Amino acid sequence: MSSNSFAYNEQSGGGEATELGQEATSTISPSGAFGLFSSDLKKNEDLKQMLESTKDSAKLDAMKRIVGMIAKGKNASELFPAVVKNVASKNIEIKKLVYVYLVRYAEEQQDLALLSISTFQRALKDPNQLIRASALRVLSSIRVPIIVPIMMLAIKEASADLSPYVRKNAAHAIQKLYSLDPEQKEMLIEVIEKLLKDKSTLVAGSVVMAFEEVCPDRIDLIHKNYRKLCNLLVDVEEWGQVVIIHMLTRYARTQFVSPWKEDDGLEDNEKNFYESDDEQKEKTDQRKKPYTMDPDHRLLIRNTKPLLQSRNAAVVMAVAQLYWHISPKSEVGIISKSLVRLLRSNREVQYIVLQNIATMSIQRKGMFEPYLKSFYVRSTDPTMIKTLKLEILTNLANEANISTLLREFQTYVKSQDKQFAAATIQTIGRCATNISEVTDTCLNGLVCLLSNRDEIVVAESVVVIKKLLQMQPAQHGEIIKHMAKLLDSITVPVARASILWLIGENCERVPKIAPDVLRKMAKSFTSEDDLVKLQILNLGAKLYLTNSRQTKLLTQYILNLGKYDQNYDIRDRTRFIRQLIVPNEKSGALSKYAKKIFLAQKPAPLLESPFKDRDHFQLGTLSHTLNTKATGYLELSNWPEVAPDPSVRNVEVIELAKEWTPAGKAKKENPAKKFYSESEEEEDSSDSSSDSESESGSASGEQDEGDSSDDSSEESSSEHGSDSESASEVGDKRTAKRNSKSKGKSDSEDGEKENEKSKTSDSSSADSSSEEESSSDSESESESESESESRKVTKEKEKKKTKQDRNPLTKDVSLLDLDDFNPVSTPVALPTPALSPSLIADLEGLNLSTSSSVISVNTPVFVPVKTHVLLHRMSGRGLAAHYFFPRQPCIFGDKMVSVQITLNNTTDRKIENIHIGGKKLPMGMQMHVFNPIESLEPEGSITVSMGIDFCDSTQTASFQLCTKDDCFNVNIQPPVGELLLPVAMSEKDFKKEQGMLTGMNETSTVIIAAPQNFTPSVILQKVVNVANVGVVPSGQDNIHRFAAKTVHSGSLMLVTVELKEGSTAQLIINTERTVIGSVLLRELKPVLSQG
Amino acid sequence: MIHSLFLINSSGDIFLEKHWKSVVSRSVCDYFFEAQERATEAENVPPVIPTPHHYLLSVYRHKIFFVAVIQTEVPPLFVIEFLHRVVDTFQDYFGVCSEPVIKDNVVVVYEVLEEMLDNGFPLATESNILKELIKPPTILRTVVNTITGMEKGETHRELPSWVKALNNLLPAFCLIPISGSTITAEIQGVIDACVKLTGMPDLTLSFMNPRLLDDVSFHPCVRFKRWESERILSFIPPDGNFRLLSYHVSAQNLVAIPVYVKHNISFRDSSSLGRFEITVGPKQTMGKTIEGVIVTSQMPKGVLNMSLTPSQGTHTFDPVTKMLSWDVGKINPQKLPSLKGTMSLQAGASKPDENPTINLQFKIQQLAISGLKVNRLDMYGEKYKPFKGIKYMTKAGKFQVRT
Repeated sequence: MSSNSFAYNEQSGGGEATELGQEATSTISPSGAFGLFSSDLKKNEDLKQMLESTKDSAKLDAMKRIVGMIAKGKNASELFPAVVKNVASKNIEIKKLVYVYLVRYAEEQQDLALLSISTFQRALKDPNQLIRASALRVLSSIRVPIIVPIMMLAIKEASADLSPYVRKNAAHAIQKLYSLDPEQKEMLIEVIEKLLKDKSTLVAGSVVMAFEEVCPDRIDLIHKNYRKLCNLLVDVEEWGQVVIIHMLTRYARTQFVSPWKEDDGLEDNEKNFYESDDEQKEKTDQRKKPYTMDPDHRLLIRNTKPLLQSRNAAVVMAVAQLYWHISPKSEVGIISKSLVRLLRSNREVQYIVLQNIATMSIQRKGMFEPYLKSFYVRSTDPTMIKTLKLEILTNLANEANISTLLREFQTYVKSQDKQFAAATIQTIGRCATNISEVTDTCLNGLVCLLSNRDEIVVAESVVVIKKLLQMQPAQHGEIIKHMAKLLDSITVPVARASILWLIGENCERVPKIAPDVLRKMAKSFTSEDDLVKLQILNLGAKLYLTNSRQTKLLTQYILNLGKYDQNYDIRDRTRFIRQLIVPNEKSGALSKYAKKIFLAQKPAPLLESPFKDRDHFQLGTLSHTLNTKATGYLELSNWPEVAPDPSVRNVEVIELAKEWTPAGKAKKENPAKKFYSESEEEEDSSDSSSDSESESGSASGEQDEGDSSDDSSEESSSEHGSDSESASEVGDKRTAKRNSKSKGKSDSEDGEKENEKSKTSDSSSADSSSEEESSSDSESESESESESESRKVTKEKEKKKTKQDRNPLTKDVSLLDLDDFNPVSTPVALPTPALSPSLIADLEGLNLSTSSSVISVNTPVFVPVKTHVLLHRMSGRGLAAHYFFPRQPCIFGDKMVSVQITLNNTTDRKIENIHIGGKKLPMGMQMHVFNPIESLEPEGSITVSMGIDFCDSTQTASFQLCTKDDCFNVNIQPPVGELLLPVAMSEKDFKKEQGMLTGMNETSTVIIAAPQNFTPSVILQKVVNVANVGVVPSGQDNIHRFAAKTVHSGSLMLVTVELKEGSTAQLIINTERTVIGSVLLRELKPVLSQG
Repeated sequence: MIHSLFLINSSGDIFLEKHWKSVVSRSVCDYFFEAQERATEAENVPPVIPTPHHYLLSVYRHKIFFVAVIQTEVPPLFVIEFLHRVVDTFQDYFGVCSEPVIKDNVVVVYEVLEEMLDNGFPLATESNILKELIKPPTILRTVVNTITGMEKGETHRELPSWVKALNNLLPAFCLIPISGSTITAEIQGVIDACVKLTGMPDLTLSFMNPRLLDDVSFHPCVRFKRWESERILSFIPPDGNFRLLSYHVSAQNLVAIPVYVKHNISFRDSSSLGRFEITVGPKQTMGKTIEGVIVTSQMPKGVLNMSLTPSQGTHTFDPVTKMLSWDVGKINPQKLPSLKGTMSLQAGASKPDENPTINLQFKIQQLAISGLKVNRLDMYGEKYKPFKGIKYMTKAGKFQVRT
């Protein structure tokens, strides 16, 4: 307590200005009046009172002051109880600040923090995505171990949220939970796996971040998403790009073979053709070469290239390191221009970029040579930038440019920044050693510097000259003499030591000077630096051996001085030298070789760049910058000798580069949303000029057509829908195959049987599809793309519908989005259960949540092409109309059944103004009509869609179809099977639901039919033909289950076909809507019994 | 990723701290202060400082150190770029980014920081998004409100909607040695846009001479493919001010340098007086006036004082930092501005090795020195007619004259 009050005291002193400012605005301002005596306890009391006040403004003020305290690092934990009460405040401003407070102090006050949890749990179900997101953020930021299970649950639910923004937050929450409780790793990996499949550009970056943090070694999770990530990359927000690029760099290094081996010879050739970027050519060309680059490898390199143009330095650097580490050597060149651009940025950015360039320039001089002048030093650069630039200039120096560089260096040597001048001298030394042509010039230049007035410069020069002379054992007596003179003036120890060493080494070349130097040194020995003393001893020893006549006494004097030196190193050295050189009876054989030992030829030191050893760190990383391994650094592996199986990535069906969240919708929800979906927005509204990179030409063309015809997007989309079934028959089969394949991958715990089944279907994928002509795995891109396109359009529609479905929140929020994760849920007729593995996994995950319902709308298993006549051409005076049920969730309302009407003009004149006139609908029934059609050309046909809410009854909707001249009465009577929407659920849930719908709600009948009609595929075919139901995976061979819900009321409709002995079967229908149930039973029975 | 952020002023006080994960004690900053002491100058503090358990990454702007604490490997540029984005955001919110302003708006600052990062990973960094989430403080808010109010009121009307592209061209780096020839010069430019259009306008901007542009970087809204194929900037703009494009003009189209500096600076050995004379004059300005000229020079340590008379403008000399600064203003080609006088040198000290470097700042309105010209700006997707305008400007970058 006392410490607390002390803290507040401090605060009142330090932060008075702001405090006062805030108080002035507060409504019940205690103000500065009691400034002098304001004890801080009182102040806190005062804050508490304000927090408990009924007025929001007072609370807000209090919270603002508290946040001010937190910001200054003052302790405000005492107020926790008072603050936490306001967590449920209606006022959004207060709420935000309370959240800020909670996140800061919850860890310290765990028990009290628990009080707030229920509020967040409620907020997690809020219809507003921003509120859901922020609730998840705060909940996951409260580092209280007790709530781990709650967090886990929230993350699971949020990861299936409809809003990508919420899913993004879920990805962030994964990391928080992981750091709080690493035990949860396995569960979290499941969520990561699911989110990795997400196609939203918002989510991608965050989930990859989570992946890197939680399980960077699970590279297998990436395979299936690799291509998608590559294609999404351009549209991901910039921070996400950095993370993804780094991850993909590591991935590429483990999955592809090195592109470096053959390169050198083929450099030019390769450059040309890659620049042309012609895929066709690439293929043919690659065949000829021994090394062929994996197309996925190429994809990554190609898709990252535009990001070199990013405004974000981190992105540019990430791409640069990707090119450096994984692209063929001939292509690395393109990064230099972009890196040089970064040099015009802030000093900190320059610092990092220059470091990386320094490392690169050691290995590849050519890359940066054209930009030599960009590395010229400006007098305003900070020293660290200057030295880095020097480093690079040195690396880039060669015979051609050295003269220019030396001139530039001359200017630097004169710089007022002496540290920099010294660095320049070292640089000159390095240039001199590297380029032998200029060694002499440099040496002369350095000697001139010896007469410089600045000591640091001179000292540095001496050191460098020493190194240079050592390399050139030629006659440099003059220089040595000159340097010997310098001993009188120079005081810097390193320089003095260097001179002494040099003289000792060359003592035979300067026989007159050397003893004299020793004499001088002997005089000043006691006052020298240790470093110098050691060299004096060395010099003495060397002279003793070569010229003992003159120096014997001097040396012994020095040895005596050394013997009593304070430094033990020097005493040691003295003892050692004495034993070695002074002959006495005890001295062993070694002293004979003393001369050889002391005056051996010494190898010249290598003047190397300090960046030489940095290249084993991945560029652009913190470890590279520090040149030590940072915590959490992930080693970049070497290329594998043999590429791992590239087909693992094939599982990914087709990349839909676009996210289909319609921008308009987002806007409606919340204006803020639109910014988060910037990229999507962009694409949506700009189809006319759509140039999303990943889109093939044909696909975007189709898309254009779809949206540019003004507001008939739904019409054309439905067109695509109908097209897709007839045209993409083959495609469907393929999808089916993939579907089953991917199922094989997933370890669905749902019963081994299913696994077995999927396995067999996997292995026999080719034979199970007799229609499938070529089962070659290489998918022709264009085909799949167009297929995906049609599918996408249909999905887009569903999506719209599902969006509106949102209101019954508990039901849908967590689940609707599943079709997002289910890339293969197209209208497909297939003999195996249509649930995708991801879906199963999802559903299992959801079982954990106690309250969550298991109903989720699935895409239809099968869409019948059967059309019904609405208006015959005879009775319609040439206008014919047919309708059919596309089995799509209706975009006009979530309780409506969508109906598509195809209008044909069979006359020889235009029919104008086709619209719907008077409606005669039974009670409660509603209808959303299509927009009037201005005119229909002769022989023309047009498909429009409308929505009818049949109120879950088979009553007829009657209305008038009118043209400019006539009106025709028409009826639509829905088959009962069309009043349903398929539902995906697990067998367990099915049984549970079924258990609740017994008695009155159950109808059943016995069917007799030939055994060949009771094969699984036939039953499935028949049932889905009649009714729009979803298939429930079944653990038993003899029981087939189907689930759906009614469109209007959303009641479950469970259909079970149980095969019995002989050729009988029991058909059971469980539903609350007994009327529809029995009608459906009646319709199903004949269909199933007939051959 | 980013654990915590500390804001430190030049006198070494931590005046704001924010933690995104568990709290990191502010004592971690001691390592930073150590480094700061060693560096002597703020500019020289290394941006990356390792400590036993953390790494400190910092940027220095507006006399404030923004120190981020991280614990594990992360691309350093990622953090640095983000910190710069934080500063930009503050500037955008408050007009200036300074210690008093941050202290005054500590709540908004805190909320903004909270939105910008989640668990250390950037969440919302675009300033227009942030402004939707957290309103800027009152003074600015009124202004913003009136603007957005107008826009929201008149959706799909042809009212206030305008586009302005600002074209800054900065010859970034000129070194002119004694001989008078240019060592190196380059042009680096930006196009800043201020867009306030309702609805979803799709804009295209085309240049008369796009070939000039050697290296470009874009705002994320620009469609890269379109640029690649047609050299046209096609984009759907965000609201408000943003940097559409930064570019670099290739060295081949060498720059016509618009000013010249004549100088005569001489120190004499064993004399306590030196002569000093600078004249600035225009060169190839296409008839435009050179404005805002400021000449600065770091004099050698030996210079004790200077007594100078300018023909126009004002000058100051700081005897402590030895910084000479001369605010010239406009250059009148008829009467060239000059600064003449004497320097008093330390008696007995020998003549400095190096003559001082002269730094020059200036502006030229209505001229793009690179010759880059915007051809047209078209809008699609909306029916109203936007108001369009363009302003060219040339600014000196790091214009240095070596004497």
